[in-house]
Amino acid sequence: MTREKVRVQAIVNEQPVEFLCEPRQSLLECLRDILGLTGAKEGCNDGNCGACAVIMDGRLVNSCLVLGVEAHGRRITTIEGLARGAELHPIQRAFLEQGAVQCGFCTPGLILATKVLLDRHPDPSEPQIRRWLANHLCRCTGYDKIVRAVRKAAAELREVRA
Amino acid sequence: MKWFDYAAPRSLAEALDLLARNPRARPFAGGTDLLVQMRAGQLDPDLLVDLKHIPELNELDCDGSGTLRLGAAVPCCRIYEDERVRRHWPALAEVAEMIGGIPIQSRASLGGNLCNAAPSADSVPVLIALRAVCRIAGPLGERRIAVEEFCTGPGQTVLGPGELLVGFEIPPPEPASGACYLRFTPRAEMDIAVAGAAAAVRLSNGVIAWARVALAAVAPTPLLVREAGDWLADKAPTEENIREAAELARKAAKPITDMRGTAEQRRHLVGVLTRRALQQAIARAREAQP
Repeated sequence: MTREKVRVQAIVNEQPVEFLCEPRQSLLECLRDILGLTGAKEGCNDGNCGACAVIMDGRLVNSCLVLGVEAHGRRITTIEGLARGAELHPIQRAFLEQGAVQCGFCTPGLILATKVLLDRHPDPSEPQIRRWLANHLCRCTGYDKIVRAVRKAAAELREVRA
Repeated sequence: MKWFDYAAPRSLAEALDLLARNPRARPFAGGTDLLVQMRAGQLDPDLLVDLKHIPELNELDCDGSGTLRLGAAVPCCRIYEDERVRRHWPALAEVAEMIGGIPIQSRASLGGNLCNAAPSADSVPVLIALRAVCRIAGPLGERRIAVEEFCTGPGQTVLGPGELLVGFEIPPPEPASGACYLRFTPRAEMDIAVAGAAAAVRLSNGVIAWARVALAAVAPTPLLVREAGDWLADKAPTEENIREAAELARKAAKPITDMRGTAEQRRHLVGVLTRRALQQAIARAREAQP
């Protein structure tokens, strides 16, 4: 084995970044420990809970199951990339207004999952929402408020687009 | 995780060379099983060979004869978003949409599902029912085997040292044919099958020309139940005949009792799921009649 760190260049939240990482470091560890982006959370670290979900090239991924080295040449969006300055993204606002946030641990993953869902399906049905969010565990609010927040955000974003 | 090196070859030849020179290398596609097993200490490779930049492993295309060529590393989301797959092989699109959740489907591949060789792998019975063939490349060249011959035990496959699953060839759908996979899980999503059954049938002149039944999670490997298909051949697609085929599948199953279910429950489920999968496959075959 070479035991050499690898240089990774990527676009994270619209900004070019460059970092050195060990091949064994997950994208989640790179985001949190190297780039200081602590929005993505480590829950189960095996792909079941969705707390670490980020968007990579338009697809939702569990960053605990992606290697940091795989981010090379890719475009990553984390929860830090959603708000514009002090102005929250409509999905973030909907989660707050509907009381869909309690401890907040699952929230970044859920909001990014909602972003990908609404980018692809602007008017999702409730079963579709629940299916899209099935990989995300919330142990505080229960899912009804979260589903309500997604519907609210969908309606608002449709209005903005219209 | 212990230290390992990472390589992202751009060609199949380069990947095969890396695998041949490093006996402790592992092919790496979506990583949704591999990285979990490495973290759990079940595997400690020295080198991961990322397959996602190799054209052959990422192919999703129909050739001139209508055969689907599916690269081993193609993620589930690309399979179920593909219009051709949805139209001609709907059971394949459905099972790609059934595995894990959305972020898993962004990464997990059917090649990985097969090479992981879990008896409960959802996509494997579907590939078997659809007569999919594995393309394997290795130091001695290429070989092809039927998917039902690939797994030899839990976590065990026919792959020899330095060999790599390149992809699948799935024959074009015949006229008046249909397929379906059903599984039983306590939770609709993000769960592992207690039992699963896939069926594919072709109708011709009012009778079943051929049928294939394959099972998940009720034997040490995914199981093709030849006797169920043989029994249905040249018979009318009646409720009685479907029940008899389901009974043959029930008898062929060799389930165990574990944390997900008892052997008795699994055997019962095989009967129910096989019957329903056959019914739905037949309904699809009728819809597909020219």
